[in-house]
Amino acid sequence: MKYWWKFLGIGLLLFASIAALRTPLSPALVHVSPDRVAPGPAVVEVLGYNTNFQKGSTVGYLENAGQRVCGSAEVIDATHLRLTLEVPAGMKDHLTTVGIDQLRYDGALFTEGLGSGIESGACGPGVNKIDLSGVAFTFPNRSILYESIRNLHFHVPMWFAMIFLMGISVVYSIRTLGSNSLEHDRASVSAAQVGLVFCALGLITGAVWARATWGAFWTNDVKLNGAAVTGLIYLAYLVLRGSVQDAHKRARLAGIYNIFAFVLLVLFLFVVPRLNAIDSLHPGNGGNGGFSDLDLDNRLRAIFYPAVLGWILLGVWMFTLKNRASKLNDQLDR
Amino acid sequence: MAVARPTCVRPYAGSAHSYLRTVKFAEITHLVRLEVALDLRQRATWAGMLLYVVSAVYVCFLAVKSGLGTATWNALFWIILLFAAFNALARSFQREDGGRQLYLYTLVDPRSVILARAFYNAVTMVVLSLLSLAVYLLLLGSSNLDNADMGQFLFAVVLGGIGFASVLTLISAIAARAGNGIGLMAILGFPLVLPLLLLVMRASKLALDGVAWSVISTYFGGIVLLDLITITLAWILFPYLWRD
Repeated sequence: MKYWWKFLGIGLLLFASIAALRTPLSPALVHVSPDRVAPGPAVVEVLGYNTNFQKGSTVGYLENAGQRVCGSAEVIDATHLRLTLEVPAGMKDHLTTVGIDQLRYDGALFTEGLGSGIESGACGPGVNKIDLSGVAFTFPNRSILYESIRNLHFHVPMWFAMIFLMGISVVYSIRTLGSNSLEHDRASVSAAQVGLVFCALGLITGAVWARATWGAFWTNDVKLNGAAVTGLIYLAYLVLRGSVQDAHKRARLAGIYNIFAFVLLVLFLFVVPRLNAIDSLHPGNGGNGGFSDLDLDNRLRAIFYPAVLGWILLGVWMFTLKNRASKLNDQLDR
Repeated sequence: MAVARPTCVRPYAGSAHSYLRTVKFAEITHLVRLEVALDLRQRATWAGMLLYVVSAVYVCFLAVKSGLGTATWNALFWIILLFAAFNALARSFQREDGGRQLYLYTLVDPRSVILARAFYNAVTMVVLSLLSLAVYLLLLGSSNLDNADMGQFLFAVVLGGIGFASVLTLISAIAARAGNGIGLMAILGFPLVLPLLLLVMRASKLALDGVAWSVISTYFGGIVLLDLITITLAWILFPYLWRD
């Protein structure tokens, strides 16, 4: 079968997209109120996400410097719970962790004064009381990211596809200089145009995600600057093509610019950020969680890699279509 | 002028050690001297570049008066220098109308032309950068240099000037060949100059803060590396640009 890779691409894309949208997040404690406590009786409201708190069998505790204090957990519904307990005096750390069964919210509570440690009681989590049977395959549930973690399977593969297409474009540019062939030049510009489509898609998915997690559509981030420069370079490439009339001269000038720009782009995207020691706000950079700590059991990777391959194959397919269409267009014009 | 030779068609031909031999220093020296002679004959070119810088600095002076913070002072200086570089280097291939280009084409290796032009542009940019710095200091005050390591700062300015020249020489050639002068050059050049600009601005900010050489040398190394890569690329690609 000649076009097996197109079916493979569509299959991977469908699998990755459906899995990315349908897979639930793992249960987590997402909010605790109030956020500071003082020694004495306290009532702490805990909000869970995708949790299944069960009346009568849920254990709640506070943990400070490795020492635990139990409370009585009153379950309101599957995701709401009220923890009543006596906050002990003499906590060693300012930050106290709230735990419900197997789930923990690290550093949920703040205490003003410090002491030399508290008496530990023997309590929870005894057995795993959360029902994970229905949600065996889940995505990590991390604060700030939450549901937006699904964007990993759309936004990031789009950039991979774009870089791949720009790579195709530059390879055809090199061949144009060697052969002086207008066919190669056409392939080069088609790849760059499809790459720009992916650039726009990556920008849009990124901006929407950034609004949800960082609170702004655009920030001064290394990766965002890299994206902006990439877009500008290839728009400039198209402007350069538009301003030369002679086809062979256009092919050569555009090819030269494409090669020069691509090398500088690679330097800008992959070398300058390391040299400048600027950290990105993106997950996986600058102390933000990435694959290595968010995804301890490779659940994200199982969807992410098929998504990358799927988007790249879709991009290549779009490139071949675009190339054929512009070839037909040229013949019709003549 | 050097001996006429058939123009290069395949720049990669020959074994690896022939690369250095293909750099024809005699031709390059001749071409640089030609540039100097032409510029001495048309002094208005240099006067124009200087006037551009002085006007730009004066506009900034009117807009901000004085009392800039170090970061803003540094940013403003590099923005002025960036525009001065575009203005100065855009004319670098403008002289090449059909006749003169054909004449050069029959006489010398195109790679000598790009190397000579890049070298001459680098010298131009270094002189222009230092003159801009003098005017800038005169008008906007030098209080921001109090903590600076002047050696580092001047080195950053010189490296920045050379860097602009090395990135923009090929771009200026492309824009001139496309027959659409400075407008096209700005569009093509701005995104490509950004990596260099970020490095050099960071380096000169560090120099203004007076950090140790061990901290700043990474940036200087990066700028030199960037210069070498862009010059090499220009050297490889320029013969294709010249072929018609």
